[in-house]
This record gives sequence, structure tokens and C-alpha cells, in this order.
Amino acid sequence: MGRRMRDWGAPLALLALLVFNVAVTPNFLTWQTFFVNLTQVATIVIVAVGMTLVIATGGIDLSVGSLMAIAGALAPLILGGSLFGPLDPTTAVALALGVPVLVTAALGLFNGVLVTGFRIQPIIATLVLFIAGRGIAQVMTNGNLQTFSNPSFQWIGLGRISGVPVQAVLMVVIVLAMAWVLRATVYGRHVLATGGNEGAARLAGIPVARVKLAVYAISGLLSGIAGLIVISINSSADANLIGLGMELDAIAAVAVGGTLLTGGRATVIGTLLGALIIQLVRYTLLANGVPDAAALVVKAAIILLAVWLQRQGASR
Amino acid sequence: MPPRRRSLGAARAASLIGRQGVLVALLLLILFGALRYDNFLGSYNVLSLLRYNAMFALVALGMCFVIMTGGIDLSVGAVAAMASVVSALVSPYGLVPALAAGIGAGLLTGLVNGLVIAWGGILPFITTLATMLAANGMALLLAGNQSVSVSWEGLFIELGQGDLFGLPVPALIAAAAYLLGSLALNYTAFGRNTLAVGGNEEAARLMGLPVRRVKIAVYVLSGGLAGLAGVILASQFGAGQPTEGAGWELFAIAAVVVGGTLLTGGIGSVGATLSGVLLLGLIFNILNFENGRGAISLSAYWQSVIRGLFLLVVVVLQSRLTARRTG
Repeated sequence: MGRRMRDWGAPLALLALLVFNVAVTPNFLTWQTFFVNLTQVATIVIVAVGMTLVIATGGIDLSVGSLMAIAGALAPLILGGSLFGPLDPTTAVALALGVPVLVTAALGLFNGVLVTGFRIQPIIATLVLFIAGRGIAQVMTNGNLQTFSNPSFQWIGLGRISGVPVQAVLMVVIVLAMAWVLRATVYGRHVLATGGNEGAARLAGIPVARVKLAVYAISGLLSGIAGLIVISINSSADANLIGLGMELDAIAAVAVGGTLLTGGRATVIGTLLGALIIQLVRYTLLANGVPDAAALVVKAAIILLAVWLQRQGASR
Repeated sequence: MPPRRRSLGAARAASLIGRQGVLVALLLLILFGALRYDNFLGSYNVLSLLRYNAMFALVALGMCFVIMTGGIDLSVGAVAAMASVVSALVSPYGLVPALAAGIGAGLLTGLVNGLVIAWGGILPFITTLATMLAANGMALLLAGNQSVSVSWEGLFIELGQGDLFGLPVPALIAAAAYLLGSLALNYTAFGRNTLAVGGNEEAARLMGLPVRRVKIAVYVLSGGLAGLAGVILASQFGAGQPTEGAGWELFAIAAVVVGGTLLTGGIGSVGATLSGVLLLGLIFNILNFENGRGAISLSAYWQSVIRGLFLLVVVVLQSRLTARRTG
């Protein structure tokens, strides 16, 4: 019973929410509603997948929102030619998509170096970039809103592949890829072993430091992608706001999805379900006229309830 | 070796270095400021530094006790904001009701945190993350998404803006809180139990210590202090601010860590936490002086970059020091 509750709790909760909405919320079963929810959840899921890997090693990454802001600040600077000078359109788009993601991956690696090389606790190590990162993005843009229009760059946020938003396709690809990595590859097993018992993993010859460096770099890289999606949707980049509070949304999605926050057990599909549950709760409340502030209180209760239910499952 | 495998003696020694390190850094910063700026040690600067850091000091004191049990309290900023709204709403009825309502809101949230963590067995990180969201939502609901003016009659406004014996009232409140906190940690069963629970929870349980009650107590303490900070916030701004506390929890964690308290629990010092708060506050202060001199022009944006870099330097130095001592 307990184990079943753990494995099926999230899908069942999602199902219950869907049934409730079909019965109560007007116009719920439309493509419009479906895509609105998908696009609102895509960035959270992409960031939360990286967070799942970090948490699977027993760490945490508070810097994701700030890294999103850095990526979001860099891309318009590249497109506008103020970073590398004037470029031909194709190169500009390629650089605007590539460089920010490489930079945030490098900053993720920096987090990893603090955690592994200097043995700083992950929450403090990533707190450094949480504080400084947004400042860096603000300094780069002088705190100004950067507006831009570049359809081929904004394809990542606004485009559609046979009717499906590109960001949703990207989300699904990332989720499936990471679920496969975690389940079926040697690296995935190393990640879980490191989180399960670091000392034992080290004795077993697992390159613990390298495993951890990689998860923080992946988390940084995925945050960068999410940052690019956000600015593409908005046609503007505001370093003060991009990714604000994202670390909490991502951690909540991971926790609700059933990944152990102490490390050692992780489910990427669960994280996807967790993010969908949180998003759907919010949508349900808003669509039925409950104010956003009250939705925060309900969201808090849902997170606690979900984690508590999983704990009941785990302890039996 | 991971920190928890260290012997207690070595860990104590490491923490002592951390503590003296922060005191030395604090003195060096003060010396630097005093030599470089004319009015740095002037009463105006010192008093306003104390006045505006009193709220952070209170929140960090609560955080210090929570972290000593091996927990964390992410809700303090949102709780302070909520308490500022609650006390502003009650302020027309007088000082005592406003004070009681604000602190009460904090104590209540702390109690919820403590009960969920101690009896529900849910990780402090997740529990207080959830109550942070809930407190944020409550603050916005109660305030109707805007700031709530404080009634200007009565003594309420003195809490944040007044002076007593020539010293800012909020600084006196914080000083009293730190004195009591230090006494509680060093001379009472509560203090010993707090450290014992953080040092080794299973051992504390086997020794028959009231582990659950200790955990509940530290979160109630943290919530109550955050509530008090919120009341002072409302008084200082003349309004309840539903979104003001964002990021306070991380400032408090940073101050506690800069003060040499290990996040794994079992070790900690109230005095070093105060040094941590003052150190972080002084950096802001010195940056303002630099801006005032016009030698450099650092926008508010640079300040968070420099604050982050400073945190980086401190934690890297601490990790080197503790590694040498114990490794």
C-alpha cells in the first residue's frame, strides 16, 4: 500500500485535478487551455530536471533563477551587437543561442567546484551566485529593460512544430533524455550512488567529484535554456525579474514529484508530474476566480501534503 | 572527509577559528572605514547602521538557533513581511495590540513549522519553503496587494524610529534579544539540548532529551523573532510591507554561516552571528561611503555582486581553515 502510494500518488493527484477541472472549470478541454498550461510550465520543468539531478546527489542549486537572468541578459546584448559587434543574422542568432547557455553551464561548473573542491555546503555554495548572479545580469544591462525582436531567435519561445509550442517539445525531449540518462546509463547510476551514500560511492571507485561537477554544470546549462525561452516569449529581457523565485518552484516540483531531497533516489518523470500538479492547481484556482495570493497558500498546503504522503509511502 | 565524521574537539576548534576570523575581519573593516572616511565612526553613521540592521539581527538570531539543530528556516522573510502587515492593520488599536498581533503571527507560523517538522517528519527545507509561500500569500491577501499605512498616533512608531538614552530603540531591542539568546544558549538546558539535537539527533533521543520539543521551540523562537522584526519594519517604514522581506532568509543564513556556525548543526555561537550581521551590514555601509566620495560610482546592482563575492571569499577561507585544522 505504502509503496504504491509513493509510486502512484503523483499521477493519481494529477488525474484527480484533471477530472475536477473537466467537471468544473469552463472551457478546460480546449487546445488553448492545454497550450497555455504547457507554456507556463515548460521553463519550470526544464530547470527542475537539472535540479532533480543535483538533488539526487544530495545537493541543491539556489542559483538557477539568477543564471536564467544572466542568460536572458546576454542574448539581447549579442543580438544587438553590443557584445561581439555587428554580426550577420545567422551568426548572431547562433551566438545568441549558444553563448549564454555555455556561460551558465560554466557558472554551474563553478558551483560544482565550490561544492567538490572547497567542500562548501551546496546551499551556501550556490547562494553565492544566487546573490551575485542577478547583480551581474543587472550590471551587464545597467538594470534596464532590453526589448528586441528577432523571429528566428524567438522561435525557441514562440515557434511551433506542427502546432505544438517549441518550448513544450524542448521540455519533453529534455525530460525523456534525462530520464533515460538517470535510469539506463552508468552516469545515472553514479549520480544515485553518490547521493545514496557518498562515502560508499567513493570507496566503490565512483568518481564522486566529477559526478557532482557534471550535475551542477547540467543544472546551469538547463537554467540558461530556460532563461532564453523566457526572454523569447516576452520579446524583452528584464534582469530584475527573469527567473525570480524559480529555485523555489523547481525545488517544489522535485519534492512533489517524489525525488528524495536527501539524495539517492530520483525520478525525472516524477518531477514533470510534480510541476504539472503545481501548475494545474494554480490554473484551477485562477480559472475559478481565486486570487493569486490565495493560490500561494493552497500551493503551500499541496506541497506539504504531497511530501507527507510520499513519506508515509517511503517509511512502510 | 565529510564534516560529520570529525571529532567533536576538532569541530569545536574549527568553529573557534571561524568565530575569531569573523571578529578579526569585522575589526579590520571598521579600521579600514575609520581611516578612509571622515564620518565613519561618527554617531550618525554608527546609530543608523545599528538602527537598520536591527531587523536582520533579530531574524539571524532565530536562524542561528534553528541551524544549530541542523534545520533551516526559509520562511523568516515572508513571516516578517506578514507580521508587518498584521501589526500595521492592528496599529490603530494601540501599541500593545499591534505588537502582540505582529509577534503572535510570527509565533503561530513558527509553531506550524515546528509541528510539521517534528511530528510530520517533513524536511525543514520543504516545510519552511511551503510556509514561506503561505505567509507571502497571507501578507498579500491581508494587505490587498499594497502597503498598509501605520496609524501615526501612539507609541508604535517609536519602536522603529524612536531613541532611548540616545540609542535607537530597534538596536536596544536587538541587543536585549542577543543577550537573552546568549544566556539561553550557554546557561540553560534549552541551549544544551539545542546543540545536542543538532550534534547527533539519534544520540540525543537515546539520552532521553525531548528532541521534538526542542525542534518545535527553535522554530517558534525563529518565527517570533521574525514577527518582531516585522513589527519594527512596519514602524520604520510607517507601513506594513507585504513584499519587503524577500531575501531576508538568505541574508540571515549568510550571516549565520559567516559567523562560523556549521549548517549541519551542533555548533554555533550567538555572538558570532551578531558579528556576521554587522560584517554584512558594514559592507553595504562602506559601499555607500565609496559612492558618497564619488571616487567610484557603484550602482545598487554592483552591491549585490560585491556582496556575493564577499560571501564567496568568506566561505572559501572558512573551508580552507577548517580543512587545515581537521584534515
